[in-house]
Formats: sequence, structure tokens, C-alpha cells
Amino acid sequence: MITVENLTKRYGGFTAVDDISFEVRPGSVVGFLGPNGAGKSTAMRMMTGLTPATSGRSTVLGKPYRDLHNPGRQVGVMLDASAQHPGRTGREILRLAAIQIGVPKSRVDDALALVGLTDEEAKRRVRNYSLGMRQRLGLASALLGQPEVLILDEPANGLDPQGIHWMRGLLRSFADGGGTVLLSSHLLHEVQVIADDLVMIGRGKIVAQGTKDELLSRGGTTVRSTDDAALYAALSRAEVHVTSVASGLVVDAEPGVVGQIALDERIVLLELRSGGSEGLEEMFLSLTAATSREGTAA
Amino acid sequence: MTTTDTRTPQAPQVDPAKVARPAATGDVDGSPGVPLQRLIRVELRKMVDTRAGRWMLIVMSAISLVVMAAFLIWGPSEEANYSELLGLTSLPLVILLPILGIMAATSEWSQRTGLVTFTLEPRRGRVIVAKIIATLMLGLVVTATAFAASALGNVIGSTFGDGNGAWDLTWQVALGVTLAFAIFVLQGLAFGFVFLNTPFAIVASLLLPTLWSIAVGMIASLAEPSKWLDLNQVTDPLFSGSMTGENWAQLASSTGVWVLLPLAIGAWRVMHREVK
Repeated sequence: MITVENLTKRYGGFTAVDDISFEVRPGSVVGFLGPNGAGKSTAMRMMTGLTPATSGRSTVLGKPYRDLHNPGRQVGVMLDASAQHPGRTGREILRLAAIQIGVPKSRVDDALALVGLTDEEAKRRVRNYSLGMRQRLGLASALLGQPEVLILDEPANGLDPQGIHWMRGLLRSFADGGGTVLLSSHLLHEVQVIADDLVMIGRGKIVAQGTKDELLSRGGTTVRSTDDAALYAALSRAEVHVTSVASGLVVDAEPGVVGQIALDERIVLLELRSGGSEGLEEMFLSLTAATSREGTAA
Repeated sequence: MTTTDTRTPQAPQVDPAKVARPAATGDVDGSPGVPLQRLIRVELRKMVDTRAGRWMLIVMSAISLVVMAAFLIWGPSEEANYSELLGLTSLPLVILLPILGIMAATSEWSQRTGLVTFTLEPRRGRVIVAKIIATLMLGLVVTATAFAASALGNVIGSTFGDGNGAWDLTWQVALGVTLAFAIFVLQGLAFGFVFLNTPFAIVASLLLPTLWSIAVGMIASLAEPSKWLDLNQVTDPLFSGSMTGENWAQLASSTGVWVLLPLAIGAWRVMHREVK
């Protein structure tokens, strides 16, 4: 369980995180989305007690992070996989964390196996790790204490497609087992597959949040038929908001509703789908365009 | 768009038993914070588990042997007795021990490992205490090698050279040397915590006391306050075992200015600084 209430961080006149509030429930994965520099990392550092908040508060498992007794056993945190001493081996880094949080040595081997780092790789110095290996090591470190909550900043960064696939499975099974996961990303499709809820942030402000299905359906339903004009009329009669576009109609209703109306009117459908990933992608781009760096150019 | 995972047909290899099963742990209740003894163990280990850290300790320990060897070969060996030799080994250590403290204090920030250290123990004051204790322990190891090297030099000097080999070390000197070394380690830690940047802290800890000495040499009116504020000057009687009441007061005031004050400022900085 993670709760964030009116969290704000100001650096002088610059507001990095502006009054954000959201919640991550046990058993769910929340994707924290936003373009680079949107304030995701700053928000996550505030949640983990590394950055003092200007105002607002956040709690993990019902307590402010700094009041957790042994946070390593309750919350798995990975904020920057590269923030490690390059001269230590992967195994040594986990060993240090294991001593600090008080788990037996055997957990180090478990965690290494869990993230798919071989013995030989674990003996190498982190200096010689690829970004993907560092991410795996960071995840191993986060999972070391068998926590209930995971807070991961850009965990898929640098992972190959198979690695991303693997990570999704791992986080899914973690959440299905009752765990709470908050992960950030600047790539929509990366989190879309795994997240239950989405929180979108741009220039420090939350621009959209809700369940993934809710946000997906906001993209509307795209429909194409043999007689779009008749369908348009039928949908309008049913008091459903409908817009005509080049490739058919975009309807502000569930695909089921649209299909039923078409059936009643005996209109043959050629295509019927929810806004889907494209809808969310478009929304992501449009929501963040106004606030992202490219905003003025776009 | 979603081309990333279509090429991997097999299910992800996850053994649910080992993941990620949220496990209630005994550590959750009880007294807050990671036990200090565990933090000290981690800090000690962090100082010796990298090549740089290990070599720094090896060099600091070996330098006493080098000084001994140089003295026995080239020095006026008829003057050799134990306390003389110990005084010699302390010359490089007075400069090197603060660096040991500085490295320990700044490592979390120079390598950004603080991101992990302070998420695992957000009560940063406890980490500071653990670092101080761990570094003092390593400082003691270096001190012990200085005692051992001097003893070795004393034996060799009197056996093969014309040193008198007297074991003239009083407990006042032994304690005084150890205390002085501890003060220099602490000074390094304090400067490290203030600057949180290795090169700045090293330059400052070497330069500031020197600048102070120069200023005292140039400005006559500073001579009297300097007796109370020059760490090198006030630790001299510790090495000779001739501490008087006034010496102790001078040691206390200098330590206050050069060690405790920066330590307080540094601790405040570490506890409030944003970890990035």
C-alpha cells in the first residue's frame, strides 16, 4: 500500500512535483508515466525519504517511509541501477544489502537466480556490467528482503525484449501474490501491458489517472461498417456521442453498445474495436505534449 | 508498437516461491532502525571490499614499515629507541589518517551508493554513527601497525645497528598517540561530512590548518589564540606524554573547533541533504 497526498517539491522558483495525489493498492501494479523530467524520479525519491518534500506527505504500508522499522524488509526500492560502486562485484553489492537488512546469505543466491544473473556474472565487477545487467542486479537488490511493496524507477530501461517480458511476468506474479508495485516509465507501451492503474504526470502535475481500462475506453470505440451514414444516424438516435472520421466513426461508448446498436439496425460491421493502445498512446502524447520539452515545437 | 515481447514464446521463468511472496518479518516490529552492530559491519566491509579502499589501508599500514626501513638504513640510528621510532611513524599518519576518515565519509556521495544505503536505513544519523565507529576501528588497526612497525624497528635497530633499543614507552604516550590518531581520523570524517566531496575535503583538511599556521606566523597577535586553536600544536604533548591541565584544555578547544564543530555541521548536512 502506497499513498501519496498533495506531494509537492519546489526548488527555488521551479516546481518539480506539483501537488500530486494517488494510491497504489495491494495486489496491483501502478504505472507512473511521464516524459523525461516530468518529476517521476523526484516524486519517488520523496516517497522513499531521500528528498524532503516541500509540502504534502506520502506513506508506505501506512507509515511515512522514514518511520519504517527496517525498510529493506518491507519495501524493495530501485531508483537508479547505475548508482553503485563500480569496483564491487554484483554479489558483493547484494551481500552488503543482505547484512544491512538482516537476511541470510542464501537470499543472495535466491535473488541472483530470480533475476537470472549467473554465478560467473555475479563475480564480475559492476564496472563491466551492461545496463541490462545493472537493472537485473537492482531488481535483485529490491527483492532481497522479500518485501511487500516495490518502488521501481524505470526498471525496464536497458533490458532486451526478452528481459522486459521476463520482468513483466515477475512483477505480475509479485502483485498477484498480494504485493504492491509502483513502477515508472517514459514509454507507454512498456507499462500498458502490465499496469492495472496508470498515473500520468507532466511538468510535475498529474494530467490523468485511473484504471487502465478506464483510460483506454476514453479513447472511444472505432467502428467501420458497410453503411457508416446509417450507423451514424442510429448511434445519434441512441444519444451516443459519435464523430465521423476518415477511417469510419469514433464513438464515445463501449464496443458492446455500438455492436448492439448495429445489430438492431442490421448493419454489417467491418471493424469494431476500442481505442486501445493507439488511443492511450495518443492521449499520452497529447496530454504530455503541452507539458513536455517538445511542446512548443510540436 | 508492442513488438517487444512477441518473440519470446516461453512463459517467464519465475519461481513464485522465491520471489516475491510478501513475507511478514520479525524485523517489522520491535525497536525502529537497523541494529547498529549490523550497520557497523556493513560500513567496515564497504571500506575494505573495493580495490581502492583495500589499498588505502594497506598503504597506510605499510607506510610505517617504510618509514622504519628508511630510518634504519639512512637515519641516525644511535638515537633509536621505541618512543623515538613511534614518533617517526606518526609523521605520515597525521596526514594520512584524516584521509581515511574523509574517504569513509564521502564515499556514499562520490559513488552515489547513498541512494541504496539511505533507503535501507532512512535514519541517517545511525549511518553516521556507524561510519564513525567503523572508521575509528580501522584507524585503530593502522595505529596498531604503527606500534608494531616501531617495535620491529626497535628490535632490528638495536640488534643490527647501534640503536639503544630502549622500550621507553610510557602508558601516557601510548594512550596519547592513540588518542591523537583518533582525533585525526575524526577530523577527516568531520571534513568529509561537511564537504561530501572527496577532493574538496582532502584539500580543505590539508590546506586550512596550514593556512592557519601561516597566518599565525605572520600576525603576532594570533600567537596566543593559536595555542588554543592549532590541532597540530596542541597534539604535540600527546605524543611526548607531557600533557598538563592547560594542555588538555587547549586540546579540548582545538578539537572543538576543528573536529566537533565541523562534525556537527556535517552531520546536519548529511541528515538533510537530498540524496540523488
